Amino acid sequence: MSTTESSVGIVSAQQALFDVPLDLACGKTLTSYQLTFESYGELNAAKSNAILICHALSGHHHAAGRYQPDDKSAGWWDSMIGPGKPIDTRRFFVVALNNLGGCHGSTGPSSIDPDTRRPWGSAFPLVTVPDWVTSQARLADRLGIDRWAAVIGGSLGGMQALQWSINYPARVANAIVIASAPKLSAQNIAFNDVARQAILTDPDFHGGDFYQNGAIPRRGLRLARMLGHITYLSDDGMGEKFGRMLRSGEYKFGYDVEFEIESYLRYQGDKFSDYFDANTYLLMTKALDYFDPAKDHGGDLVAALKKATAHFLVASFTSDWRFSPLRSRELVQGLIAADKRVAYGEIESTHGHDAFLMTDQPYVDLMRAYLDRVAQEVAA
Amino acid sequence: MSQHTDLPLRPDLKLIADWIPPRARVLDLGCGDGALLANLQQHKQVTGYGVEIDVGNIARCVTAGVNAVQGDLEAGLADFRDASFDHVILSQTIQAMQHTEEILLEMLRVGREAIVTFPNFGFWENRWQILQGHMPVSETIPYQWYDTPNIHWCMLGDFEALCAKNGIGVLERVVMNEGRRIRFLPNLRGSLAFYRVARRG
Repeated sequence: MSTTESSVGIVSAQQALFDVPLDLACGKTLTSYQLTFESYGELNAAKSNAILICHALSGHHHAAGRYQPDDKSAGWWDSMIGPGKPIDTRRFFVVALNNLGGCHGSTGPSSIDPDTRRPWGSAFPLVTVPDWVTSQARLADRLGIDRWAAVIGGSLGGMQALQWSINYPARVANAIVIASAPKLSAQNIAFNDVARQAILTDPDFHGGDFYQNGAIPRRGLRLARMLGHITYLSDDGMGEKFGRMLRSGEYKFGYDVEFEIESYLRYQGDKFSDYFDANTYLLMTKALDYFDPAKDHGGDLVAALKKATAHFLVASFTSDWRFSPLRSRELVQGLIAADKRVAYGEIESTHGHDAFLMTDQPYVDLMRAYLDRVAQEVAA
Repeated sequence: MSQHTDLPLRPDLKLIADWIPPRARVLDLGCGDGALLANLQQHKQVTGYGVEIDVGNIARCVTAGVNAVQGDLEAGLADFRDASFDHVILSQTIQAMQHTEEILLEMLRVGREAIVTFPNFGFWENRWQILQGHMPVSETIPYQWYDTPNIHWCMLGDFEALCAKNGIGVLERVVMNEGRRIRFLPNLRGSLAFYRVARRG
């Protein structure tokens, strides 16, 4: 199938405003908020073919297609979403949103607080995965979707899919949880905290209220992203791509960029610090750290999963050490013990955690097989 | 649910399916494309899971509507809790396992009954090939000695001795050759052995 046939084509973002207050896990309340989202494909008459895409740490609502024909890159999951792709927009109505607290159009720390008419900054409340799921359910109501054919996400997005299955069992037919975990390990939280410290200790951070100072904590964001990026790749993958390659072919005996990997990480860090909001980064990492649906059940994951009625697809990647296959297996064991329907694939890949955004063939095949069945279930 | 379930089962899988009562909870180890579980789900309303090492087969199981988790049986059955299944099936795989005794014990930890099938090394054609000076190659043993996954060969008596040693009783035994049941001299005339076993007492 050619590129044009398998692209959703030109897309545009939409906004949904909500003025019913949203009570958050932290105890605070958002009196009103906006969610930015995109949709691809058509909702069928029975409204049974809707799929929700939940994004990860630095993701957003632009999951597929292009805004302009000459956009350099397509949406972040364009490889998976489109006509003829595993999440086939000829069969499914696909919704992707920017989560609350984000920096791509949904209400977040860089938005204007209606009470003060200034950017929220440090006053923006911490939001959690369950808070997101509640806000996403309101978006579903707005779109007239009672029940998702599937809720799908990788990494932090997988956590949202899992939370959906627990909080709204009747509204999720299938949950697809990729390269994720039922809770973070100490090591994973530790990485998040180093990233946060990089931001929090940047003099340009100003306690989170840098907007009115005309500053951007670029150094902190850049370091946070560089660190994160290392953990999203595997040693082998990094070795294959960069090895010990030098930019100029010889040692310069200084601290400028010499190795290709340094160049790559700095470039990624710079690019990220140009467009991502530091407060959003902090908030997203805390949402990751706090996620633990078993906590409300005395730490018993099986008890937490009992309520779920969805069918599950869980997938992990062999070289992913940030969200290792063991963490996915922990979830699978919980699902089996709770007597849930589950398929689990542990996919051979050298792409590390980033593999969930890649197109390793066994991964694509598994997604396609599963989503074919979802389409059959909802007669899409 | 799936078009696959309408295909007739392979004769050896059919025999296993006949041993499973309706609505049983079944764990199928090395479930392949899920044909057996799909058939049991459709005809006997069983529930359960398959375990498969090959991710391509996980996708095939998904298509067949079968719950399958990717895993290596050599690592044991840690994904499954004690006594959580009625029947645990290991079909033509035990001879290829390193941890032969361990998997048998694991099967009876997570399940009430185990169904184990394996090519009978004592089959006369195998013996004849050995007498001629070669390791056997046949329909049930389709590998050359240097290229075989099979590392733990046994005959009927060997398997029964392993069971006895572990306090496991044989509930039922069927020996087949070319789809026919062999009652007379089974260890000589049977190429494929089927056992239904459980803990004694």
